[in-house]
Amino acid sequence: MTDQRPLLEVTDLVKHYAVRGGILRRRVGTVHAVDGVSFSVGKGETLGLVGESGCGKSTVARSVLRLVEPSSGAIKLNGTDITGLSKADMRPHRRSMQIVFQDPFASLNPRMTAGDIVGEPLGVHGIATGRAQQDRVAELFAQVGLRPDQMKNYPHQFSGGQRQRICIARALSLGPSLIVCDEPVSALDVSIQAQVINLLIDLQRKNDFSYLFIAHDLAVVAHISHRVAVMYLGRIVEIADKSELFANPRHPYTQALLASVPVADPKAKRLAPMIDGDVPSPINPPSGCAFHTRCRYAMDRCKVERPALVAAGEGHQVACWLNDGTGRAPEDL
Amino acid sequence: MTEAKAADTVLDVKNLQTVFFTNSGLFRAVDDVSFSVRRGETLAIVGESGCGKSVTALSVMRLVPDPPGRVVGGSVTLEGKDLLSLDEAEMRNICGNRISMIFQEPMTSLNPVMRIGDQITEVLRLHQEMTAKEAWAKAVEMLRLVRIPEPQRRAHEYPHQLSGGMRQRAMIAMALACRPALLIADEPTTALDVTIQAQILALIVDLQKTLGTGLILITHDLGVVAQTAQRVIVMYAGKKVEEATVEDLFENPKHPYTRGLMASMPAVISFGAKTDARLNEIPGMVPSLTNLPPGCAFAPRCSLAMDRCRAEYPPLQETGADHFAACWRVAEMGAAP
Ligand SMILES: Nc1ncnc2c1ncn2[C@@H]1O[C@H](COP(=O)(O)OP(=O)(O)OP(=O)(O)O)[C@@H](O)[C@H]1O
Ligand SMILES: Nc1ncnc2c1ncn2[C@@H]1O[C@H](COP(=O)(O)OP(=O)(O)OP(=O)(O)O)[C@@H](O)[C@H]1O
Ligand code: SF4
Ligand code: SF4
Ligand SMILES: [Mg+2]
Ligand SMILES: [Mg+2]
Repeated sequence: MTDQRPLLEVTDLVKHYAVRGGILRRRVGTVHAVDGVSFSVGKGETLGLVGESGCGKSTVARSVLRLVEPSSGAIKLNGTDITGLSKADMRPHRRSMQIVFQDPFASLNPRMTAGDIVGEPLGVHGIATGRAQQDRVAELFAQVGLRPDQMKNYPHQFSGGQRQRICIARALSLGPSLIVCDEPVSALDVSIQAQVINLLIDLQRKNDFSYLFIAHDLAVVAHISHRVAVMYLGRIVEIADKSELFANPRHPYTQALLASVPVADPKAKRLAPMIDGDVPSPINPPSGCAFHTRCRYAMDRCKVERPALVAAGEGHQVACWLNDGTGRAPEDL
Repeated sequence: MTEAKAADTVLDVKNLQTVFFTNSGLFRAVDDVSFSVRRGETLAIVGESGCGKSVTALSVMRLVPDPPGRVVGGSVTLEGKDLLSLDEAEMRNICGNRISMIFQEPMTSLNPVMRIGDQITEVLRLHQEMTAKEAWAKAVEMLRLVRIPEPQRRAHEYPHQLSGGMRQRAMIAMALACRPALLIADEPTTALDVTIQAQILALIVDLQKTLGTGLILITHDLGVVAQTAQRVIVMYAGKKVEEATVEDLFENPKHPYTRGLMASMPAVISFGAKTDARLNEIPGMVPSLTNLPPGCAFAPRCSLAMDRCRAEYPPLQETGADHFAACWRVAEMGAAP
């Protein structure tokens, strides 16, 4: 990466949701969906975001795009803080950030043709109309591997993988510099997943844009990302270059996560659950290190003091008391 | 089948055919599928969405919704009994007793207004002579067996009070309460996170060993297959296209679809691999069952397809010990690519 300044910089992002109950719908608790998350994504870089269901991945994604308003924290795009911007001031930035969702069925209007779906943002932003718009859409179709004659078809006439291509073409239409992918292949068949991942990789090579790539499938994340951040209950517990993270995971949760992935080799070690217990509720997150209720190394300190995310090697940060600069993570895993 | 094998066979499915009558016409969701499961064995069924995995399971359980579906051919033999010829009462007696099923989403099969303990108690008393008290004690015991913490207290709770992982455990407890000869698990962990998935799979395999239950595991995750199954059948568009022992299938897949599937998986932890290396992809898309091409259903996506493939369906051939594949070019499939 030649550009020193990151394209996206997220600092201390917090998003709390009120939980209401009773007849008066009084606030009875708070969901700590995202609880102080910081990271950056460089130009042309892919940052993978993994973690168990409910740990706050989608909330991070939606906050970055300002589809939900963060409770606090700052989001800088190309150096500009977009957190407090009004709708009008936000408009030019909207163009440079796009999102691709998990469910290509739900995110496409069934009554619009595929061509209109992809062309709509061009019209809304006054970039191209009529003939010019048609031409641009045809180009976008070709880029994502659809035939221009399919522009007049409706979403139900496409397969799942093709529908996800339509979503990607729409996201590309405004020439974004950042594409947030929230579980873009989770709903697709195994043999179709590879088609979509390859497309995303090819497009990045050509256009040099950045991805914030969310998935719960570690194999997919490992494949497409340059760096990977691991979240647990609203916080990043470890972040590192992909190869470093997978070769040298330091946080006990990351280690458990990696060890839990079933290896597609019948001769490899059988599945052995690494951690017991369930993911705690984000309404009442455990004190201290949120992972202490499931961590096999938990010490007294872990129950009261929360470890900060600190450097643990070149570009590697981890939030665990075993990694506070004095020692290494246990190797015996 | 040798005699020893036959004696050990819990379930034997032969030439199963299940069709659906829909607005867009009749289609065969399960087309001439045969397999068997032995005591204590795990048979995995893999294949893409819509290839007929769940309908196969539902056909065995006689749970195919009719209309629009119907089992129109074949036989299903459980412990020597032909299930397809039983009357409803006889079948009810066998379901949940000798054969049980776990579904992907436990919420759909747990009763939301009944305490977990009562639900297990009900199953037990339906099939076994027990007092309410004995059955409740047994239910708590089952919850302990599936490692639900504080089983006494949890037995008094309703499904919505449990986490996803615990609900799935409760389902397993219920399915195994009568120690069935065969358990069918249809994507039992797809809705769960990997760390919880590892717990549940280890639990199922463990209980299966202890109880000697035969297991049919339906999944699209080849990693799960590799770690749990002894034998695998691969389905494509309603048909069984390959069957082999798990080691053989991963080492030496014969059908081009199976090979494509294995190659398109990203290596789980690809440290060494260049980040932006492309994956191998299977081009094209899964065919619609109402509009199947004649001949081999995989032909439109197969790089080896010849004219014959597009005209005639390839028969299932034995390609090695306990290894079968339905492909015209199977003889040319040497070692894995
Ligand atoms: N609008 C909302 N109101 C209240 N709580 C919410 C809302 N949106 C999300 N949450 C809660 O915030 C937490 C984080 O949710 P989020 O969707 O970000 O998780 P996720 O990591 O994307 O999970 P998944 O992998 O299941 O998609 C969850 O506990 C969720 O229930
Ligand atoms: N009740 C039904 N009515 C009509 N068609 C059905 C019904 N149930 C299943 N089918 C069709 O039968 C075929 C096989 O479906 P099945 O549910 O067995 O697929 P599957 O292999 O389990 O897929 P998945 O991985 O998505 O669960 C599909 O084409 C499906 O659309
Ligand atoms: S801080 Fe303590 S509880 Fe948390 S992961 Fe590290 S050792 Fe485990
Ligand atoms: S029969 Fe022909 S089309 Fe079908 S898998 Fe074999 S080679 Fe390919
Ligand atoms: Mg999400
Ligand atoms: Mg199914």
